[in-house]
Amino acid sequence: MKRALAALLCLAAVSGAVLAAPAPEIVAPALPAVAPPADVAASDTPNDAGLSVSLTWRASPDEARGIEGYEILRSDAADGPYQRVGYVPVGIDGYDDQAVPADGQDLYYRVSAVGGGIAAAESPAVGPVRSRQQWYNTAKTNALVGTLLFTLIVVYFINGAKSGRHLFIRRIAGLTAVEEAIGRATEMGKPILFCPGMDGVTSISTLAALNILGQVAKKAAEYDTPLLVPNRDPIVYTVAEEIVKEAYTEIGRPDAYNRDSVFYLTDNQMGYTSGVNGIMTREKPATNFFMGYFYAESLVLAETGATTGAIQIAGTDSVTQLPFFITACDYTLMGEELYAASAYLGKQPMLIGTLKAQDWSKALVGLLLLAGTALALAGPGPRQLVMKMLSIE
Amino acid sequence: MKRQLPLMIVLVLGIAFTVQFFIPSRASEVTYQTALQWWLVMSSFAMVLALGSLVNHHVLKIKRRKEHWAFSWVTLAGLLVMGALGIMGGPSVGLRWANAAYNQLFLFVQAPMDSAMFAILAFYMASASYRAFRARSKEATVLLIAGFVVMLGIIPFGAMLWRRIPDISEWIMMVPNMASKRGILLGIGLGSTATALKIILGIERSWLGGSGK
Repeated sequence: MKRALAALLCLAAVSGAVLAAPAPEIVAPALPAVAPPADVAASDTPNDAGLSVSLTWRASPDEARGIEGYEILRSDAADGPYQRVGYVPVGIDGYDDQAVPADGQDLYYRVSAVGGGIAAAESPAVGPVRSRQQWYNTAKTNALVGTLLFTLIVVYFINGAKSGRHLFIRRIAGLTAVEEAIGRATEMGKPILFCPGMDGVTSISTLAALNILGQVAKKAAEYDTPLLVPNRDPIVYTVAEEIVKEAYTEIGRPDAYNRDSVFYLTDNQMGYTSGVNGIMTREKPATNFFMGYFYAESLVLAETGATTGAIQIAGTDSVTQLPFFITACDYTLMGEELYAASAYLGKQPMLIGTLKAQDWSKALVGLLLLAGTALALAGPGPRQLVMKMLSIE
Repeated sequence: MKRQLPLMIVLVLGIAFTVQFFIPSRASEVTYQTALQWWLVMSSFAMVLALGSLVNHHVLKIKRRKEHWAFSWVTLAGLLVMGALGIMGGPSVGLRWANAAYNQLFLFVQAPMDSAMFAILAFYMASASYRAFRARSKEATVLLIAGFVVMLGIIPFGAMLWRRIPDISEWIMMVPNMASKRGILLGIGLGSTATALKIILGIERSWLGGSGK
């Protein structure tokens, strides 16, 4: 019994001693050091609203030793404190800090190589750098030159048309057939269906479609043929309604305008398709116009129209949908023919002048393409000479 | 005046926003964003008019007992039910049962109907391909052969027949097909710029109705 008590006392004493003893200090192994990124440079981002600074650097030579990415640190003083403002994984050697203050404040940057198993290696601070807003986007100079040149060509041909010069326009089968198609609907006593595309009024193809609608509505009013214009976009609907109403007024038959001929269906793509298909199978229009921008529904619309026996004229600048319209419609206006339609149908000299300008501009672009191809084939000598002349790096 | 005012607005804003495209400054950006917000406001007004048109169109159909007029009731009921559930289940009222009902109707009624319409495309594509690929002329024969080679090139069976078929298929897509596509795109680029110019300068006025005179 005494022995047991003594053993317990010994155990307690040893435990107390162990617990009372200071814990051995655990020293974490030092993480391997790596070289920071070099040649860090910060500059104002060109051609912006002054809210961005661009950074570039040369990757750390130790990337293979566990660097996972680079942290971008920013401060308003060279000696800190620095705050993390961005991160890029290895392989990227640049970053646009797009959240800088807009008041032209001096900013300093460091780029730090980081990774799970390494000690972060910060580059020296670079700066000061200030963001500045620009008043001209130099990256868009080619667009400006092209637009100005094209505008000059347009103005030249419009003046030519105004002075009475005859401008030849080639025959476009799809547009020549418009009158015939409307006449057919009149003879059959059936309506004309006009779909102004699936896009909103900001799309240039929708505007072209609405221009054609103005011409078609005028002829429909002249022949007293019912016109159906189902719409997908609310704004296109209001514009289309106004266009048709005005066309009837201009022809001198405002009383013949049916308020229900231009209507809104839905903005749902397949809902609209199903609605138009329903109209085609119920009302059996003699002529269907599909003008504007279309998506996957193009073939569903055109095939349904083909099964009803309607004469179909389509026009779109959607390159992917063109083959479907060509297959299922009687006539198809391809790309720019859609834009030319209004001028072709209206036969106004000034509008025809713009068509000639387009043709000449295309010829100019064709020449530039040929020149580019020739330069590409000519080898590095002439190419570098031309690039030097044009100050292209 | 009724015609001059819209033309004036288009001219001034057309030129202003063309210039804005080349100016990256903050004032320019703010102006553009403000215009976009105005656009949204106008869109909401247009939506009210469009809804009026939809209701009017279907009410007239019901009144006149036009063909399949009963379906107009379905449209009007759908508009009313989805509209009401959308408002009641939305953040301003926040009824959970209405939100759940709206989601159920969307997922199990509208989405399947959309998919069904989309699925019809496969059948139409088959019938259209049949018509397009009938070798009735020289052009259609070229189309038939090109289409056949391209289709063979993208399935493993083509490479089994002859290992060069995928290369020929790719060449057809990347050279003649791409060249014609780029030709069309070039015309579209110039055509859209010309159309924009015509509208901004007031030369094209068909959008005002009639000839726009």
